[in-house]
Amino acid sequence: MARLKGRGVAAVNYPTGMNLGGDPSQALIHATTTGSFVITLSSVDLGQGIKTVGAQIAAETLGVPYESVMIDTADTDTGPHCMGTFASRGTHRIGNAIMMAAKEAREVMMCVAATELEVDAGDLVTDGKGRIHVNGAPDKGIAVLDVALAAHFKHGKTISGRGMYLKPKSEVVPETGEMDPDSCQAHACTIAEVEVDDETGDVTVLKMTNAYEIGRAMNPALAHQQIVGGAWMGISHALYETTEPYYPNRAHGPLDFSEYLMPGPGDIAEMDSVIIERPSSNGPYGAKGIGEMTANSPIPAIANAIFDACGVRVTSMPITPEKILRGLDALRGNPN
Amino acid sequence: MEKIDTSFFAKEREAELSVVGESVQRADARGHVTGRTQFYEDVTFPNTLHLKMVRSTRHHALIKGIDTEAAMKVPGVVRILTHKDVPNNWYTILKLIGVGPDDEPVLPEDRVLFMGEQICAVLAETPQAALEAARRVVVDYEDLPPVFDVEAAMTSTPFKKDGTNYFVYEGHNCRRIRFGDVEKGFAEADHVIEHRYESSPIEHAPTETTGCTAKPEGNGRITIYSNTQALYFTLDNMALILGVPFNKLRLVGGTVGGGFGGKVDVIVEPIAALGAMLTNRPVKYAYSRAEEMQVSSPRAAERIYIKDGVMKDGRIIARKITLYVDAGAYCRHSTYGTTKAAAHMPGPYTIPNVHVDAYCVYTNRTPSSAMRGFGVTIGDFALESQMDQIARFLDMDPMELRLLNAYRDGDMKAHRKKVDGAALVEVIQAAARQTGKQLAPRFAKMSSMTREG
Repeated sequence: MARLKGRGVAAVNYPTGMNLGGDPSQALIHATTTGSFVITLSSVDLGQGIKTVGAQIAAETLGVPYESVMIDTADTDTGPHCMGTFASRGTHRIGNAIMMAAKEAREVMMCVAATELEVDAGDLVTDGKGRIHVNGAPDKGIAVLDVALAAHFKHGKTISGRGMYLKPKSEVVPETGEMDPDSCQAHACTIAEVEVDDETGDVTVLKMTNAYEIGRAMNPALAHQQIVGGAWMGISHALYETTEPYYPNRAHGPLDFSEYLMPGPGDIAEMDSVIIERPSSNGPYGAKGIGEMTANSPIPAIANAIFDACGVRVTSMPITPEKILRGLDALRGNPN
Repeated sequence: MEKIDTSFFAKEREAELSVVGESVQRADARGHVTGRTQFYEDVTFPNTLHLKMVRSTRHHALIKGIDTEAAMKVPGVVRILTHKDVPNNWYTILKLIGVGPDDEPVLPEDRVLFMGEQICAVLAETPQAALEAARRVVVDYEDLPPVFDVEAAMTSTPFKKDGTNYFVYEGHNCRRIRFGDVEKGFAEADHVIEHRYESSPIEHAPTETTGCTAKPEGNGRITIYSNTQALYFTLDNMALILGVPFNKLRLVGGTVGGGFGGKVDVIVEPIAALGAMLTNRPVKYAYSRAEEMQVSSPRAAERIYIKDGVMKDGRIIARKITLYVDAGAYCRHSTYGTTKAAAHMPGPYTIPNVHVDAYCVYTNRTPSSAMRGFGVTIGDFALESQMDQIARFLDMDPMELRLLNAYRDGDMKAHRKKVDGAALVEVIQAAARQTGKQLAPRFAKMSSMTREG
């Protein structure tokens, strides 16, 4: 018996958005008289962080502190339409809508600030810390809060903006499959290192090295968490999970987490991940979607590493110890 | 932790951004880890009824009768809903974007097509009473032969209400991609390499199971507190099923304990809202963990055949893919995922001759639907395992084989969309750099932005 080490590689692309039915989302933004900006959406945060990234995009465009942006979601009575959170579309679609709304609101904000300061709006800049001032003259300025108050109580203006992003429906040509189904492609390459126990068929994923290109990373920590979480999901998908362990017999399907096998915290591989950035031409600040793709290169990288380790090519997922042992038996000329 | 290598595409990166690109703390992190985040189940109402479903114990059967007499005697049971109570019982989720036909009943009429299919809904004062009553409902079945294999289903007797055991794409039995001439490519190739790949369904396994509470309001509207991934998609489907104007419904949600695509279907909301309308009381319908694992849509099982025409130097000149998505008993989002799978082929490579037949097939397995990586994850397992098999066969470095075939800006994809913003070359170079691997000079200096090299 031996523990056999191997290394495998896989590289993938993944589409951002899927507009075979038309793919719109809207955002509304307004300044309150407390110095905050509220973004109203009907978009859903599954834990991936649209509330965080949406506020970052708005803060960047408005030129105000991140902490002063609130995201109010999701209620169909108050939030404008959103298709939903799927197809790696959130950051791209909703982010674009937020950016457009924030641009419109910024224009009003700068206009009111210019009136208050008695200068030309084109000479003003935001400092990102809650003040607007004449470019090159930080002392000649006004707080964003005071601009919001002046707009409401003195000038009768709403500092607000409407945002919309629509990728129109793409019809598929039935004969050839010609279509324009997505907005851009993100990319990833994973190198997996595994150890295969040739007596038990057990696979340990030792290390995963990942390189991702996701346009501009809006929030590198959140992107990194997607990479690590997705790699875990990839280990689980490649080696453990099935709802039908005895297919085509459909009996004995797992009913809870004690029966549905997944790797535990101790099974998470060492990770070394790097992000490179090629901004997309159509995403907010060049963003592409990373949400869905992060299990995709880990799975085949693991399968390829298993082959490298022990010479067994398993072409059906999950790659269970049983399949590996049967493969090893076949290599040794033993009947299964 | 968060490494960004700015040496790639330096000229295309906007230099100075302030908040974008910063790792600000996740907005909801503190709420989640301190248990203060409000999820749909944290909004409760007095007088709420609990809904538990009577489910099919058969894979494929006629329903000869449903006896609810013993169930109605369980103390606390208020009402049992059957298909007769559903105003527009037949639907398909994607009808909102023009997909048809309506192939799924909210509650089945004369037959069940998969084990676990919902049959009738018990509304009771407590979850325990609803469960007990659901156990006492007697369903009389007449078993029919089930089909569990996609290729067998393609040629076996149609078992759906209407039509074939596969989705029809504008007159074709599959979603097709036709680019170049694969047969000519195979004829010209030095080697033809063909393999089959397969996967099993898997569960989304969200921390929070699928569910909702529907509450009748004093003004005749219904508010639905839900953990759906798509509020308006749910609202619009509900209105069509319930036969009410869209503006009678209000969806509230937005904070979800994990979705992964499992909360894009519209299953719990219409039936809960129907219960609320018929009883004028709030109704809660939440999946148990067992329902989440065995009844809610999993990732589709797929079977993929890849046949490649390959030259001695590693260039792939033809790729033919026959792909079967097991939709299970009903369409749900599978027709969409199958098209997405077809569009993804032949992977991030420029191959002059590509032929894809992607079939969306119905079987008597649990209906599959959207899941993270929809239509792509299993395809990537197949494609990237195939690339490794080719590299082994030719005794080539697996990274260099990929770089040799990598798509680059200006190339034409098989679905006739021009490539731009490509970066496959660079992620492979970056991964090589991370692991200290030396690529041959030709590949080390390759770029996605030019066809040189």
